[in-house]
Amino acid sequence: MTALANLFARDARIAIRIGGGAMIGVLFFLTVVTLVPFAIGPDLALLRRIGPAILWLGALLASLLTLDRLFASDHDDGSLDLILMGRVPLEIAVVTKALAHWVTTGLPLVIASPVLGLFLNLEPAALGATALTLLVGTPALTLIGVIGAALAVALRRGGLLLPVMVLPMTIPVLIFGVAATNAAVGGPVPFATPFAILCALTLMSAVIGPFAAAATLRHGME
Amino acid sequence: MMLMQEAGIVPGSVRGNVVMELKGTGLCCVRGGRRVFAGVDFAVESRKSVMLTGANGAGKSSLLRLIAGLIRPAEGAIALTGGDGEISVGEQAHYVGHLDPLKPALTVMENLTFWARFLNGGAGPGQDGAAQRSLEAVGLGELGHLPAGYLSAGQRRRLSLARMLAVPRPIWLLDEPTTALDAASQERLGRLMQAHLDGGGIILAATHGPLGLDGAQELRLGTRVASP
Repeated sequence: MTALANLFARDARIAIRIGGGAMIGVLFFLTVVTLVPFAIGPDLALLRRIGPAILWLGALLASLLTLDRLFASDHDDGSLDLILMGRVPLEIAVVTKALAHWVTTGLPLVIASPVLGLFLNLEPAALGATALTLLVGTPALTLIGVIGAALAVALRRGGLLLPVMVLPMTIPVLIFGVAATNAAVGGPVPFATPFAILCALTLMSAVIGPFAAAATLRHGME
Repeated sequence: MMLMQEAGIVPGSVRGNVVMELKGTGLCCVRGGRRVFAGVDFAVESRKSVMLTGANGAGKSSLLRLIAGLIRPAEGAIALTGGDGEISVGEQAHYVGHLDPLKPALTVMENLTFWARFLNGGAGPGQDGAAQRSLEAVGLGELGHLPAGYLSAGQRRRLSLARMLAVPRPIWLLDEPTTALDAASQERLGRLMQAHLDGGGIILAATHGPLGLDGAQELRLGTRVASP
């Protein structure tokens, strides 16, 4: 346990220090959400209707922004070799790194979303619902993203390859995240239905993502 | 031995007085479709060291990574007798490769304590004290607070070596450990390696020059071995 706590603390510390990725995600989120009203124009009713979707899209892109270096930086400086030689199973180490990434990147997005929702003229219920669905849904984005991050190591390519591979896999999360938010503001379906599916998607990705990423990393090391 | 005792470090890795033997038989390594070496046998027991020599590309690094469990042998097997049967050979070995696994944003001490705790499976009591003593043993005692990004190549290498002192593991796998080290540091490394051997450890080192270890066997990897 202590070894994992150390891995978590190290990754979180690197992300928070200068040059780390923690703030970049929030700033990117801010930029995307700010650009939308400029593109659409000052139609408050329209913004209010599409606001949750804009927030979800922004959070989706922002959470993938810094993910490509999750394992690549450890691979490039030889840290991944030592992580493999530690006594912690690689799958668990992947979960720990994903958790550290989510706490430093995903959680700030959740916290920022009500503030950014004000820019989009969202009503209070929608602000709360967006924050809640992001809180439940962004871990799924990270846990699906680790597969792409591991592929970036195996294929020795980073950058835009990761979003291109990962974004299609995040479509269900996006659909049910936005659906749950819309349901909360008075959609035809009750809030619990899409929200339960969103929770299920997160739990599924927590099972599949780390195993797929660990298998990819092991293969990529060869 | 002297130096490690001065530094207050229990000389590495020793599991009582059990004599360990690390043995590789018929090892064959294929990298990128090319057979790097084949039919490599070696056996090394506690207090003994093996120098891996050979031309560039002869497979010195590959053999070390193979023993560390980072790549799988195409043929052959590696066995450790007298070690901990519960965990793999790689988990009982230190591997110092060409890369120094250091994060520039973290300080020297944070880098070292992270690896010490991670590789140890958790912090033992007095872990930070052991880390400080390890830093002093490689001559970085004054630099613990400095971000690792400011270290020179030789200092980075010494910090990697300090990792082996902070966590006791019986087998040291060193890939050209003297790279970037100055003369004084090379001599210090020689003493640390000798102390590890005296404490019952095993060292396999890939090298192009002499490392100054008494009674080291030489394992020469070459193209002749690789041909069927």
